[in-house]
Amino acid sequence: MCTSLKKLTAILISALLLVGILALSGCGSKDAGEQAAPEKVLRVVTEAGFAPFEFKEGNDEFTGFDMDLIRAIGEAQGYKVELAHMGFESLIPALQSDKADCAIAGMSITPERQESVDFSTPYFDAGLIIAVAKDTEGIATLDDLQGKKIGCQVGTIGADASMSVKEKDSKTEVRTFDNIGEAFMELEKGGVDAVVNDHAVTAYYIKTTGKDKTKMVGELFSADDHYGIAVKKGNAEMLKVINEGLGKIKANGKYDEIYKKWFE
Amino acid sequence: MIQVIPFTFAFNPFQALLDIHGFEVVAHNFPSFMVGALITLELTALAVAFGMILGLLFGLLKMAPQFKPTYWLATLYIDFFRGTPLFVQILLLYFGILPVFGEIGAFTSAVIACSLNSGAYIAEIVRAGIQAIDKGQMEAGRSLGMNYRQAMWYIILPQAYKVVIPPLINEFIAMLKDTSLVSIISVSELTLRGKLIYASSYEPAWVWGTVAIIYFIMTKLLAMFGDYMERRLATE
Repeated sequence: MCTSLKKLTAILISALLLVGILALSGCGSKDAGEQAAPEKVLRVVTEAGFAPFEFKEGNDEFTGFDMDLIRAIGEAQGYKVELAHMGFESLIPALQSDKADCAIAGMSITPERQESVDFSTPYFDAGLIIAVAKDTEGIATLDDLQGKKIGCQVGTIGADASMSVKEKDSKTEVRTFDNIGEAFMELEKGGVDAVVNDHAVTAYYIKTTGKDKTKMVGELFSADDHYGIAVKKGNAEMLKVINEGLGKIKANGKYDEIYKKWFE
Repeated sequence: MIQVIPFTFAFNPFQALLDIHGFEVVAHNFPSFMVGALITLELTALAVAFGMILGLLFGLLKMAPQFKPTYWLATLYIDFFRGTPLFVQILLLYFGILPVFGEIGAFTSAVIACSLNSGAYIAEIVRAGIQAIDKGQMEAGRSLGMNYRQAMWYIILPQAYKVVIPPLINEFIAMLKDTSLVSIISVSELTLRGKLIYASSYEPAWVWGTVAIIYFIMTKLLAMFGDYMERRLATE
């Protein structure tokens, strides 16, 4: 009895110590904030599983609409672009802890995200769409998904929309995957009834991999949704670099060129 | 209910803590963390339970090289599941192999993947445990007129049981931590819940700190249980 009490105390003390360390590290990360980015290198993070915006092909190069766009912005502003991959849910924390200068990952501008980061001017107009298996009938709107199984990607607005269905009908099952590709695989093998995700990505998937197995249904929704490039909250300098660059490539026709390459 | 309050405090420590965003996130999502921890425990318990059956079976087969087909089967099984990452096994089974056998849910697939993986490690633990028992025990059993099976079952295994407790608890703890990998196929255990809460709160230190503490408490309890078992089974 006595030894187990001692052990319990030891456990509690270790747990408390851990909390203390965490609290300290929380303070520390805020202080380290004001460091300027190394000169003329733009450290960009993305989640490279979101074709045609960002993905990796054959030669292990980051490719896609967003990737071409950020490289063009870097070029216009005289920055060397360094890309790195992370889980989608880690992109904003990476900005907050100064591990990257900006994040471009088909990220919708939402009020919740704006509490944590600042967004560039919108660079893409997006919206959500529902994808189902080829032979599925009777699903066209979010409300049709009540009580069904929905697949989505962690941290996306598609996930928010799926959760809103679950709030209306608690029998709804929302299955969250790290990567949208896994959600589509799950749809193909019948583990979920539908995938709620960004239209451009779903359209690209159905055009390429998901042909003959999946289809899009209903209308585009959340159509007031825009993608923005995220920077650390309050980093006005970086925001200016990106917005200016975006302005330049829109003015000189480079943006249209990239847009045509991926969406027409 | 009547309470006598001698002083009134203007400062409420709990309220002050709630003002910290990260703490509020953790406090608000605490039930979700707990459910996640339960699913983690359930998954681990099932995986190790099935793993022990598989481990005992394949461990014994591996010890009988005179039966060639079963010996090679056991060797193949153990080598494959010890020699490839559990992460890859989970994805391979869930998306690649199990769909062939019809629709198998994510949780079931996770249990199957973790059991097969655990079984391979336990098979080696079983083999080591049996080999640690003095050869004379088997000979003594045989000289009493028992056959190989009887001597194994009544003489060797009960003694080996004691030897394998520490490595088995070790395997239990390792499996408990490794179940975090099944978050990739959207089994909503502790790690996936952490990921989801983290994705909407952007509080890495608080969310992952809480997840770490919960895992730590679970593994510590397991280790204490292991110590208790060892003490109970100690002969001298």
